[in-house]
Amino acid sequence: MGAPTPTDQPGISEYRRREQDVTLEPVRRQLAERDGGGGSGEELLTLNFGPHHPATHGVLRLLVTLQGEVVRDLKPIIGYVHTGIEKTAEDKAYWKVIPVVERMDYLSYYFNAMAYVGAVERLVEVEVPRRAQYLRVIHLELNRIASHLIWLGTSALDLGAVSIFLYCLRERELILDLFEMSSGQRMHTRYFQVGGVMEDIPGGFERKLREFLKIMPERADEYGAILNSNEIVLQRLRGTCPLDADTLLALGVSGPLLRAAGNPWDLRKADPYCCYEDFSFKIPVGTVGDNYDRFAVRLAEIYESVKIVAQALDGLPEGPHMTEDRKVALPPRHELATSMEALIHHFKLVTEGFRVPPGEVYNAIESPRGELGCFVRSDGSSKPARVHMRDPSFVNLQALSHMTRGSYIADMIATTAMLDPILGGIDR
Amino acid sequence: MPDATGLELIAQELREAEGEGAVIETTFFRARGSVEIDPARVRSVLARLRERGYSFLASVHGVDYYPHEPRLGVHYELLDMARVDRITVKLRVRSERPEVDSVTEEGPDGPGWPTADHQEREVYDMFGVVFRGHRDLRRILMPEDYEGHPQRRDFPVGGEPVAFTFNERETLGPM
Amino acid sequence: MEVRRERLRGQPAHVDADALRVRSLNAHQLLRGADLEGANRPAHLHGTELDESELERYVHERVLTTTLESTVAWARSNSFFPLAFGLACCAMEQFHTAGSRMDIARFGFEAFRASPRQADLIILAGRVSIKMAPIIRRLYDQMLEPKWAISMGACCSSMGVFNNYALVPADKFLPIDVHVPGCPPRPESLMHGILKLRKMVQDDPDLGWRDRYQARGTEEVIGEGDTPDVVDARGAAAAAVNAGVDARPAQDTPGA
Repeated sequence: MGAPTPTDQPGISEYRRREQDVTLEPVRRQLAERDGGGGSGEELLTLNFGPHHPATHGVLRLLVTLQGEVVRDLKPIIGYVHTGIEKTAEDKAYWKVIPVVERMDYLSYYFNAMAYVGAVERLVEVEVPRRAQYLRVIHLELNRIASHLIWLGTSALDLGAVSIFLYCLRERELILDLFEMSSGQRMHTRYFQVGGVMEDIPGGFERKLREFLKIMPERADEYGAILNSNEIVLQRLRGTCPLDADTLLALGVSGPLLRAAGNPWDLRKADPYCCYEDFSFKIPVGTVGDNYDRFAVRLAEIYESVKIVAQALDGLPEGPHMTEDRKVALPPRHELATSMEALIHHFKLVTEGFRVPPGEVYNAIESPRGELGCFVRSDGSSKPARVHMRDPSFVNLQALSHMTRGSYIADMIATTAMLDPILGGIDR
Repeated sequence: MPDATGLELIAQELREAEGEGAVIETTFFRARGSVEIDPARVRSVLARLRERGYSFLASVHGVDYYPHEPRLGVHYELLDMARVDRITVKLRVRSERPEVDSVTEEGPDGPGWPTADHQEREVYDMFGVVFRGHRDLRRILMPEDYEGHPQRRDFPVGGEPVAFTFNERETLGPM
Repeated sequence: MEVRRERLRGQPAHVDADALRVRSLNAHQLLRGADLEGANRPAHLHGTELDESELERYVHERVLTTTLESTVAWARSNSFFPLAFGLACCAMEQFHTAGSRMDIARFGFEAFRASPRQADLIILAGRVSIKMAPIIRRLYDQMLEPKWAISMGACCSSMGVFNNYALVPADKFLPIDVHVPGCPPRPESLMHGILKLRKMVQDDPDLGWRDRYQARGTEEVIGEGDTPDVVDARGAAAAAVNAGVDARPAQDTPGA
């Protein structure tokens, strides 16, 4: 960063000085051209949206070129929550990276952890017990529901339906209560560890979860009933900003956006990980690819996630919640009193961490926004040499300009909402 | 997944089509295949893999192999949706001349990969790899006038070297 | 049960009711300083009646102003208008504070304003990167006096989990009144922080940050000339003395 340049006028800040440099000369020139004859009579206006704006999800800055009220071009400018997560992760032991990486896509924290932990488990070649995998699926799908609820609430807020926001937060409180029961934290729980999950679920979790699973579809029906018969919502979403599946594939878009356009690509079905092949669920797919399809696909995914959690809960196998490999996972505390090896393992794992054989691996899972990939390069030591998270929102954002070309500003707002960008993931 | 033999077949095809020096190495690690190629031929290799069915470019990311030269690596993760196949294309460039052809735009060898737009900008921002032919290569995550490429391994985590007693003259300067 | 009453030591057996009763001075006498004894009695009051203007000044200094200030402070503290400003994960917990379980509307703070000109409380919810810091500073400068800032979460107060090149703790460029720890802080924590700020404002609306950060003279003065400057001519001298807070951000990210 450069040093602040001293201004020659005392008492004027840098902002004001730069603003005084801006003149109306280009506009005057354009008007003169138009009046001189031959101009089309319409000038393009470049408007700056954000980074602080009530309708942006996070600090997203859009440079919108408008002709009247029609969007001609759109350039997203990002980097306003760049946190250097990948650089920080290179400094920490493998298990210490988990909380750092969780804070990337801050609505789907379990997915960040799952992608990273899955990559490390592939490198270390450790086997995750089935009970841990089922517990992971339960938490992942609950997190998917929670993420879709915030998406629904904030999108409805953008469209003007303020009460949906409060309803969605009410359901999300129930989910966060469940997370607090299993791991002690509402968000960023560090529940997934390399080799399994941190702790087994407590007594009472199952009962509370079943109550929630009974309530959630009814509530989702309510949201559908409110929004689907609302004239304003339908007018704003139906037919606006469609984009076909081929363009989306070329742009690297995946997840509900691609499914709304008709392509049923879902990594949970196509390339199952973490015992997803044991569960039967459907993939909601849209037809046209407009904003309404994106909305309907995500709303339908809530029901499917509820089904998956119910099946996982019913079929939850007995067994350890963490791998028995002491080189990777902490021994249970009662062993520390009796076994010398357990003590040594505990000491090594806590101070240095486990060593990972050198290699590079890329692990991809299906997050609520699309393909979330984690690339881990290990050089044989106890700290990763490179961690890169392929964030779905970062790639999906490139489709925004294609989607909104030729639409109105209001449609642009609705499309940004339906795109579900999470700036933490985009900026990392 | 292409298994080890499938990977070798792909490498063989690439060598035949692009020349002997195109494929430097193939690695089959943890059930995933990757080919390391010559950086000059990245566009044509990706085009050939697209013909073979790997039509989805999932990720473009950079790696710093400091202190081994060639130091800066760029990885292209390709996905074949029809056969659910993944393959990684890796290349490494030296830090003195970190230039690679950009695969974003359309070219004489076929349609480009528009998804690489922001991702190549990120690799430029974080590692300093210059993508020739990218229409708008500027910093994406750091401020536009930032100096330095943060994710290189010799860039200090704090952005500036930590000042201890032994190096305070260098880090803090004349006081 | 038998109750025995006993005088405390040193008390007279019989207490004079008049001595115990608060001297019932009427307002007239109070306003003239009749409750002050001896040397505390203002000189100009000894034995004289105050005339109109002095009386007015006397009253103004003592009774009405104090009540007025505290009334205004009470009103301000009970109607913060937070700026709708969420950066990262803490913004999700900020939503929950505004949700129905931990209802921020119970206290009257549910009017989240989008424009900084209409807001008086900025809750920095999330990590502040170096690209975002000048923009937050600009938002804070646009807010009108009196204004307060809460730094929510660990990333904002210190750098939190991330100790690296990309983040700035909010104290470096904003005067923060309340830091709320947590990663992310529970809605109850944020509520506790806001209520703590409310208590602080009730006692002292200024909160003294202008002295703490040597920022006297940085008040925005509208009306000198046509364009109000953030740092006016008096403040330029004071700004030269400022250490650290008035970190004039050099770059305002220009257009693409």
